Amino acid sequence: MGPRRFHPLLMILPVIVAVLFGRVLPTWTLSLATIAASNALVALGIVVLARTGNVSFGQGLFFAAGGYGVALVANGTGITDAVLQMLIGAVCGGLLGLVIGPLIARYSGIFFGMLTLALSMVFYGALVKTTLLGGSDGFNVGRPSLFGLNFTDTREADFMLYAVAVVTTGLAAIAAVFLFRSEFGLASLAVRENNLRVEYLGLSANRIITTNFVIAATFAGASGAFALMAQRHIDPQFAYWTTSGEFVFVAVLAGYQSVSAVFVASLALELVRSFSNLYLPNTWQLALGVFLLAVILFLPRGIGSLWTRERRKRTGLPAEAPAAAEEGAPT
Amino acid sequence: MTPVLSVRGLDKRFGAVVAADALSIDIAPGQKVSLIGANGAGKTTFVNMVTGYLKPDRGSIELDGIDIGRGSPRSVARLGISRSFQIPQLFIDLTAAENLTVAVSGANAGALSLHSPAEAHGRHDKAAELLGRFGLAHLADRPVSELAGGVRKLVDIAMALVRRPKLLLLDEPTSGVSAEEKFITMDRVIHAVAPDAATIVFVEHDMDIVSRYADRVVAFYSGRIIADGNPNDVLRDTEVRRYVTGGAR
Amino acid sequence: MNFFLTIVLDGLIEASWLFIVALGLTLVFGVLKILNVAHGSFYALGAYIAATTVTIVAAHSLPPAAGFVAMLISVALIASIVGLLLERGLLKMFYGRDEVVLLLVTYAVFLILEDTTKLIWGVNPIYATQPYELFGNVEFAGLYYVGYDLMLIPAAALIGTAVWYGLNRTIIGKIVLAVIHNEEMSVSMGVRVNRVYAAAFAFGVLLAALAGALTAPKISMQPGLSSDVIILSFAIVVIGGLGSVEGAAVGALLVGLARATSVHLMPQAELFVIYLIMAAVLMFRPEGLFKRETARRI
Repeated sequence: MGPRRFHPLLMILPVIVAVLFGRVLPTWTLSLATIAASNALVALGIVVLARTGNVSFGQGLFFAAGGYGVALVANGTGITDAVLQMLIGAVCGGLLGLVIGPLIARYSGIFFGMLTLALSMVFYGALVKTTLLGGSDGFNVGRPSLFGLNFTDTREADFMLYAVAVVTTGLAAIAAVFLFRSEFGLASLAVRENNLRVEYLGLSANRIITTNFVIAATFAGASGAFALMAQRHIDPQFAYWTTSGEFVFVAVLAGYQSVSAVFVASLALELVRSFSNLYLPNTWQLALGVFLLAVILFLPRGIGSLWTRERRKRTGLPAEAPAAAEEGAPT
Repeated sequence: MTPVLSVRGLDKRFGAVVAADALSIDIAPGQKVSLIGANGAGKTTFVNMVTGYLKPDRGSIELDGIDIGRGSPRSVARLGISRSFQIPQLFIDLTAAENLTVAVSGANAGALSLHSPAEAHGRHDKAAELLGRFGLAHLADRPVSELAGGVRKLVDIAMALVRRPKLLLLDEPTSGVSAEEKFITMDRVIHAVAPDAATIVFVEHDMDIVSRYADRVVAFYSGRIIADGNPNDVLRDTEVRRYVTGGAR
Repeated sequence: MNFFLTIVLDGLIEASWLFIVALGLTLVFGVLKILNVAHGSFYALGAYIAATTVTIVAAHSLPPAAGFVAMLISVALIASIVGLLLERGLLKMFYGRDEVVLLLVTYAVFLILEDTTKLIWGVNPIYATQPYELFGNVEFAGLYYVGYDLMLIPAAALIGTAVWYGLNRTIIGKIVLAVIHNEEMSVSMGVRVNRVYAAAFAFGVLLAALAGALTAPKISMQPGLSSDVIILSFAIVVIGGLGSVEGAAVGALLVGLARATSVHLMPQAELFVIYLIMAAVLMFRPEGLFKRETARRI
């Protein structure tokens, strides 16, 4: 159906290119790109969930759960491997998603969004007052390693983190494309359109929503691990509503059509942030706000609409009634 | 022979409104039953209760001997009752074929695959075959939002057929279809439905359609069944003429 | 007994300024169906403007009372103008689009105002405590309270009553209620809905800024104020029911008392108890405690 589609595994190529390209990038760009990849991962999860018609305004919950989970494990057991830490973060996020998902899957639209927000702020409130975890100051962690290798040179350390982040997010993107094209992906869209009919067809809308929710939570948890590794510090801000808001910002900027748009949007956000900080301190939010307004005005369907054709071309002609459609029909 | 559907003593009230009053009915396999009655007589409430969307206040509903009174639309669908809707319930931004594909996914046992393409494993073929039966093959890749009301009705019915239901409920299958096209549409529906659903119950307001396609007619009034029999007898019944069809003749 | 009284009074004082902020937010939602993410920014703006006014007045060696009056007037004026400009100049462009779009627009405004306040007033904390001594101190039952704090309670009650009266007992209020209940009908009855929108938004912004001005003498003005206030007032409005004036009052009381109780009894719970209540309300009575009757379109 539709236009010829590329095979998702082809996406490995740009991932490899991006990693190799990182060897020649200056350090400040590396950090920027790492943050962009990590934010894109969370935003991707939001897009996955949004296909069921539910937008999560509280991904900070899983982002923080991943970050704190990894930080505690790292400081407690001495695990510093970047890939392992990413996996722990993903598992922390995913498990929490598994617990919360079924509880909130039955709430629709705006209430679902508000609930996710409320739950993330509950977590924030709890973290801020938990002195064991450093309260609002949080605490520090050591440097990550990779496959037993420690990186004392900052440049090498930054590149290592960049590579792991880009590869992880790239793999997540490939998985997302498979997911979107799968029968589950189609059923997810159906849930957004008409969840009653979905039930009448023998499918469980709640289970579909929960599965998407757990995927989004897993992505956010993994991203929390990356943020932790990049900053070497964790604090309750990970769960604050403005953090969650930024992830939604990227998802909205990208539009809900194309996975690659999520990366472009995330990169654009980081570039705007960096450049405005460079020229005028305390202006990056101003720049972002103006940027968001511009996108809303001129690209209502998000950045992705620049290169994806609208999913279906509108022909403007109503289809004929059955009486006129005799050909090929048995009588 | 066990009736396909066996309903006993069904009660349903909405405040002061009596939608079902000690309803009891048996539907045998292979029957084509038409439910008639004025608006508010309780026909759609009956359909909603049988399909698990509403829970009766009292009474039992059995499908092939299995109690389904407490079931949800999902469990009832899985046990073998499918329905179409008066206002088509479709996935508006998806294509006709995609709508059918979701139905096919729903009909398969086992969990939905997270990686296998939607159209794979014969799902698209099955969707196309069903659309073809209704003469809609050429509209398969059009989004439902671009399809006319009559076509949407057919897609809606096609989706209900995917499960090869033991009992198919059609809620006003020809409503919204122009007078000249009603018979053509109903012909098409009956023919398309035949291979996959032997027992059909359809709610209908057009008595010409009723007398031509039903072999049994059940008349509702105020939540009660006031007549039940072959079309000729029921349509001439005085009570039915008074409360349903109107006009003395 | 004293302990109980302390909690109740502290709770009421908290609830007072929270109510004024939440009232503005809920009115804007009720009339325009917009969830104004920038609402907290106007609170902060009110606080900062109040601080500047007070400082200027003090620099001219005028009494604190003059500063108090001046700050209320300047905040009311500036906030109303900014609110009007924002609604007519920006928000109006997005009416008729998906409701999420307006949410994003107000989010963008929030971002812009965040940095604007930083650029104008800097990032260091600012204080404006002169008016705080205006009402003296009050002692009773062994408790000491600053008069200013206690003043907030009748001030909030006055504002609440005035708004309630205005909505329910005046013709203008009835018109506004009509727009809240059914905008289409109002338009077809000849109501100048555009004016109602502009006025309602400006008024909502005014309330937020006023709350900011009233609390300015008690707090330190610094970045981060707006994000804390918006999420708190949002919680209140959700608990009380979006668009409901009584709901804003009850929500504010609940949150104020919850805060006071946890501060005195279990400080670790302070923040999270509020959001727990919000989550609980969303789960068990999603429309809030006082749901507004919205006409259902079939």
